[in-house]
Amino acid sequence: MSAQELGNEIYTLRVNGQSHPVQDAWIGESLLYVLRERLGLPGAKGACEQGECGSCTVVMDSQAVCSCLVMAAAAVDTEILTVEGLGENGSLTDIQQAFLAAGGVQCGFCTPGFIVAVHHLLDSNPEPSEDQIRESLSGNICRCTGYGRILEAVKIVISKRDAS
Amino acid sequence: MTTTHPTNTSTRAGTLGTNAYRPDGVAKVQGGFAFSSDMWSENMLWGATLRSPHPYAKIISIDDSAALAIDGVECVVTAQDVPGNPYYGLIMSDQPVFAAIGDTVRYCGEPIAAVAADHPETCKRALAAIKVVYEILTPVTNPQDCVSGIAPQIHPQGNVYRHQRIITGDQSIVGDVIVEGTYEIGMQDQAFLGLESALAIPDSGGEGLELYVATQWLHEDRKQIAACLNIPEDKIRLVLGGVGGAFGAREDISLQVHTCLLALKSGRPVRISYGREESFYGHVHRHPATIWMRHHADRNGKILKIESTMLFDGGAYCSTSPAVLINAITHTQGPYKCDTASVEGWAVRTNNPPCGAMRGFGVVQACFAHESQMEKLSVALGLSPVEIRLRNVMETGDRLITGQIMDSVAPVEQCIRETDAIAMPEPLLPNADIRQIPGGTGLTAQPGNIVRGVGWGVSMKNLMYSEGFDDYSTARCRMTDGVVSLKFATSEVGQGFTMLAQQIARTILGVNEVLLDTIDTQVGSAGSTSASRQTWMSGGAVKAACEKVLEDLFDHAALTFELSRDHVRIEETDIVDILSGRRIAVSEASKGVNLDRTEEYHHPPTEDLDENGQGNCHVAFAFVAHRAVVDVDVELGLVKVVQIATAQDVGRILNPISVQGQVEGGIAQGLGLAVMEEIIVKDGKVRNPSFTDYLLPTFLDAPLVEMVLIEEFEPKSPLGAKGVGEPPCISVTPAIANAIRNATGRELPRVPIRPYDICL
Ligand code: FES
Ligand code: FES
Repeated sequence: MSAQELGNEIYTLRVNGQSHPVQDAWIGESLLYVLRERLGLPGAKGACEQGECGSCTVVMDSQAVCSCLVMAAAAVDTEILTVEGLGENGSLTDIQQAFLAAGGVQCGFCTPGFIVAVHHLLDSNPEPSEDQIRESLSGNICRCTGYGRILEAVKIVISKRDAS
Repeated sequence: MTTTHPTNTSTRAGTLGTNAYRPDGVAKVQGGFAFSSDMWSENMLWGATLRSPHPYAKIISIDDSAALAIDGVECVVTAQDVPGNPYYGLIMSDQPVFAAIGDTVRYCGEPIAAVAADHPETCKRALAAIKVVYEILTPVTNPQDCVSGIAPQIHPQGNVYRHQRIITGDQSIVGDVIVEGTYEIGMQDQAFLGLESALAIPDSGGEGLELYVATQWLHEDRKQIAACLNIPEDKIRLVLGGVGGAFGAREDISLQVHTCLLALKSGRPVRISYGREESFYGHVHRHPATIWMRHHADRNGKILKIESTMLFDGGAYCSTSPAVLINAITHTQGPYKCDTASVEGWAVRTNNPPCGAMRGFGVVQACFAHESQMEKLSVALGLSPVEIRLRNVMETGDRLITGQIMDSVAPVEQCIRETDAIAMPEPLLPNADIRQIPGGTGLTAQPGNIVRGVGWGVSMKNLMYSEGFDDYSTARCRMTDGVVSLKFATSEVGQGFTMLAQQIARTILGVNEVLLDTIDTQVGSAGSTSASRQTWMSGGAVKAACEKVLEDLFDHAALTFELSRDHVRIEETDIVDILSGRRIAVSEASKGVNLDRTEEYHHPPTEDLDENGQGNCHVAFAFVAHRAVVDVDVELGLVKVVQIATAQDVGRILNPISVQGQVEGGIAQGLGLAVMEEIIVKDGKVRNPSFTDYLLPTFLDAPLVEMVLIEEFEPKSPLGAKGVGEPPCISVTPAIANAIRNATGRELPRVPIRPYDICL
């Protein structure tokens, strides 16, 4: 059985404000797989495909989700935001800038998931306490940084937003 | 973070000593950085690997006909398809590319075949359709049986990877105080986030290929791949695919040869990308070890003699086991003076998962034992943990138990004193947020049962490769019409070498723009990104190449602008003639100039150990102290690591935030080994190959880290800096264990410390 025969579903996903038709997909493909392998949006990463690491975090209808756990075909009629949809015309958001300035990026594999998760956190709670930051980002694993510089990046964003 | 000396004299952005920006940073925060698992090629097939479900079994037959009949399956490769050396390995070529019919599989997860197909799902079906008949054998799972010789030989090259002793001093010495213990260290996984992945693209002529792969050492991979494929090395080009962390797990071959074989057989690009479960089978782990240690001290606490036996389970194939063992036994004394020692170490082959390099490389295990011993000594002598250590601190000029003289900067006393001076955290408040107490928001601890403990760990770690290995590095610097570009094969695994290379070139050459060429095998070897060595080694090579180009530039500028050749130097972005005071901008002086230099950096040679474990086997050392504060719910056995205070000997600080990131990241990994991370192996089978069951420290587990960086220029190092990657993860583990012992009064001889070790 080839991929084509596995199912030739045609459906449309709304990603970063644009409609993307998905063709010839196998019905069991995860949103993570479809974003990465079919829609050319490799920003979301897979590191466990079990909902444990948060590398694949995207926002679906204002909820941060693990795209590895969402069936792509079940994501029709939702608005999906990936890391590629942040920042206007290729510019960096304040969160992305803070990650760079604070040293929150080493290998960077966890970074897109963290960036999306931090955007989502600060959109829903602009003034989180340190405990709240830690808890709400505890679904995102980083193996390189020990989280210290990521915490610093989030604090920088909060204080800069406060000041402006 | 504080530092003991001011960091930098130059303030120009992006030079040495500043917090330069990573060249890959923007792509990484935007999601555009291409990790090896993001690689894609026109007409690409997906590859997948069939693995043994048994730890030890003879392969009777392999039938792939049903797999090949599946629509979309392009080809299957097995041992029969390996044209060259059927084995590979870093130190010993003993690991089969695929286990062959008539031969045995020696660990659960050993590769038997690989398939290429049009979709990952088709690959899965094909793997399921390959029929392998096994004759199941009884696995050797107890490493002690290999030492005693009662285990059957499970490999033609024997069951012992290395047996080495260290004997020095007067063995008849008996201390006033004697403490001993047997310590166990569990099998830890590197658990990098970016899973193994490679894309092989065959040349159109069919003679060679290009492999994009996440690895720690391109040239060593190429050497082993070429031997297995029976293709000259110059027909294989390895290109570094973006690496999502490494920590030792990418030093060995995993999917490299498999991917190439599929690409060559199918004539099409093939990508293999492991999932998390497969990754647990696909790379080596930190050696589980059992270490017995006995310390003799005099009444004042001075260490007189150390006796130890160490047993490292190397698992089914050799990988770097002999070198890991040597690191362990040569670090038996830790960062303390010791004249007399008797150490015996074994690294053996079993049917457990293969073990090899992981951050700390043997020293982690030895340090857990010697720091547990220091705790016992402190109790036995009634001295504080700080005092017992201060009475024994190693200094530059000391003779090690191997006979080698410590000729690195060795600020051990300063590490301890600076750590001790860091303020203790606030006591746990009765109304503390549940996220701050052991167990957090899950299994909530009873505040009344929480006991606070404090523990110490201090370590030394060798830098670079040892025992006669010339792990040189190569770099090329070009200056073309004012544009500087660097080329090297140094694996950037996240540590930030690409950023450091730019900092070096900016500083030496007085330029702001530095381009980086592709990291591949089109230049000489850089050695491995491991052993805390790249800042020293590849940093040294980049520095040497840049300095050669600078000399050439000075020659040119002296002629063209009539400067005094012997009196020119770089100041910021100008060439300055200090006699005449004339300044020419580098951008001006380099117009129309085309300079190109390739340089190698070699560290001073080292020696093998002799039969008594004597020899100058290591290049250099770095030191660190850790103090852990923990809260323990003694009823439930839950631990919260509250604070880690640390002072680390880092040499010259080249990039403060990078050092800070290495320190914090290493501490989190050491915390993982102390209280949560272990690959559980039963009867040769891994029971927890997933992130659901193998627990990693999260944001909530990460302690507050208070650090002091001890900045003392290391004269032996080309840039004055020491490697900073490994030390943070070494003594933090026993510091945490000692803190839990302090809180609970229990011996706790094994890490990770599990809740039931504390509460049952
Ligand atoms: S890949 Fe989705 S949570 Fe890990
Ligand atoms: S930066 Fe490597 S996993 Fe977070």
